[in-house]
Amino acid sequence: MPFLWLRVALACYAVGLLYALVALTRASDLLGKVALHASYLGMVFHLVSLVEEAQLSGQVMLTSIHNAESLLAFLIMVVFMVAYLVYKTTSPGIVVFPVVFLLTLVAAAGQQPFLQMPAGVREGWLIAHIALILAGYAALVLSFGASLLYLIQESMLKSKRPGGILARLPALEVIDDIGYRSLLVGFPFMTLGLIAGAIVAQATFGRVNFLDPKILLSILMWAVYLLMVYTRWTAGWRGRRAAYLAAGAFVAALIAWSANYFSAMHRFVQS
Amino acid sequence: MKIQLIGVNHNTAPVEVRERLAIPESRLPEALQRLVQHPGVDEGLILSTCNRVELLAGTRNGNTDLRGFLRDYFHLGSSEVEPHLYDYSEADAVRHLFRVASSLDSMIVGEAQILGQVKEAYATARAVGAVHSQLDLLLTRAFAVAKRVRTETAVGSSAVSVASVAVELAKKIFGSLQGKHVYLVGAGKMSELAARHLQAHGAASIFVANRTFERAKQLAAKFDGEAISFSEIYNTCDRADIVITSTGAPVAIFKREHGEMFLSRRKNRPMFFIDIAVPRDVDPEMNKLDGIFVYDIDDLQQAVSSHVSDRKKEAERAEFIINSEVERFQARLQTLEVVPTIVSLQDHLETIRQAEIDRVRGRLGALSPEQELAVEALTRGIVNKIMHTPVSTLKTAAREPEATTVVDLVRRLFNLQEKKNPKKANDNGDRG
Repeated sequence: MPFLWLRVALACYAVGLLYALVALTRASDLLGKVALHASYLGMVFHLVSLVEEAQLSGQVMLTSIHNAESLLAFLIMVVFMVAYLVYKTTSPGIVVFPVVFLLTLVAAAGQQPFLQMPAGVREGWLIAHIALILAGYAALVLSFGASLLYLIQESMLKSKRPGGILARLPALEVIDDIGYRSLLVGFPFMTLGLIAGAIVAQATFGRVNFLDPKILLSILMWAVYLLMVYTRWTAGWRGRRAAYLAAGAFVAALIAWSANYFSAMHRFVQS
Repeated sequence: MKIQLIGVNHNTAPVEVRERLAIPESRLPEALQRLVQHPGVDEGLILSTCNRVELLAGTRNGNTDLRGFLRDYFHLGSSEVEPHLYDYSEADAVRHLFRVASSLDSMIVGEAQILGQVKEAYATARAVGAVHSQLDLLLTRAFAVAKRVRTETAVGSSAVSVASVAVELAKKIFGSLQGKHVYLVGAGKMSELAARHLQAHGAASIFVANRTFERAKQLAAKFDGEAISFSEIYNTCDRADIVITSTGAPVAIFKREHGEMFLSRRKNRPMFFIDIAVPRDVDPEMNKLDGIFVYDIDDLQQAVSSHVSDRKKEAERAEFIINSEVERFQARLQTLEVVPTIVSLQDHLETIRQAEIDRVRGRLGALSPEQELAVEALTRGIVNKIMHTPVSTLKTAAREPEATTVVDLVRRLFNLQEKKNPKKANDNGDRG
């Protein structure tokens, strides 16, 4: 059943994907509105699916990869909607919708590996760790999306073809604001999530092995994140440089994720 | 009543002719009064702007000599302006008015000013009583049509002057201009205009630097801004978000390294350079810096002309709207022409009926209530039967082009008096 609702949600998100593809060639207010409403609907179904999954599988819920992907997709939508409510623009959807669609698609595709759970893990901290980290990822995705839009808008303005395609992108400073704020909001989530993870590891293994690839890469990702916030704060880095950093943090996050395949303490097993 | 229109515009007449025919606002009421006193004219409206002079009249028979009115009013010989005049009547006049109000007939298609001017002309004509029934209806409709064109097409949505393009670009960069600072380097007319536009859109403060400091002070005073000595420009320019340059300097004043300096002082917050000087004041290399956007006069001009051609495309769509609105209006007008005739026909026959009853009353003697009713019913029945065919013919004719002929015929057959301009206004409730 959770799959059913997830797939309904997926169908709704597909409208958003269509919007993202069409927006690259021409601006359409109508499609933007339709995509927005389809997304609301998709989020409702998505939430139903998440709740149902939690009831079905109880404690192991978040340790299944597909649930984590599903939750991440949902959180990204939440962040997108918050940005929409504040800035009244669906433009970040051009980047966000495809990411959400892909994540939901993979999540809805079927059973995937479980994370190996050592016995005696402290469940509350584990849930906090996962939820916080995923919220941090979600904000990072939006920030990355905003960076891309910034680059597009900047190059449009530089090329002196205002009013061409993507004419309805928000103003450069508005895009910048979206990216910066989501970065600022995401950073504490990511930090707290990593601390929670460290506590879980400490409690489970008695010590934290900093040479474990998962931990090393997570710290690296966090460092890139910190660097982004720092350069923005002090030197006002934005546009191209901010986009490179956001892309860097994104890649680091992906690598940290893939470390689940070879880490000793944070590892996938086939279900 | 028929609608007639006569006029000149920027396409048909050179400015010498237009200024000859222009009627200043102060003399408009008097001119309107003379227009409605002109033989055959019931209602009148005069629109006089720098690009056009138009006389719109509701006339009794549709062949009133409006050219004659112009000749009398301006004491013109017939050869002076006649070749430049256009006249329209009926549907063509309605279409022309709709096009003018919707800004399709403007020099810059889609400019918003003309609608306001038509509204003013209407207000003036209404105030002196020159517009009451049908022209009132027509003008109200014209405003609604203009609004429809504006909302359903993009004919007025893009900026088509250098100053407004500059504002549009600034908004693309900064979103709101609230709290943004503008820096004028060189105190030319054009940069003053652009600054005025930016200020109207919310820009916070204006700095002016000029080689002659006096001139900078004068201009700064106009904007309530701050004059800055020219030697200080590199030290102060980073305070501004938008810089407009228009000096006569032979080489660029702002080079790439200046841009880098500004950016680092501003913590990379974006800057927008509008360079309207020729030769250019800003080195085009500066546009390559992240966060600095440089538009020179050609770039702005190009944006203007691409917007102008966009508007032309939208104007074609607007013409469709106008055509359908003209048809609707004509149909409505014809129905309106028929209704008073039906009413006066009914009144007329009812008067005859009453008069006849009164006349034979004495000879009939005392009647019982039943007999009273029978007489009533008998006479009413006759009247209704007689009226049936002409009324249904009128109603059918209302939808046909020959409505007026039928109306005239019925009026003549029954000898119906034309009521003098029944005062009725605002019955269509959609004044915009």
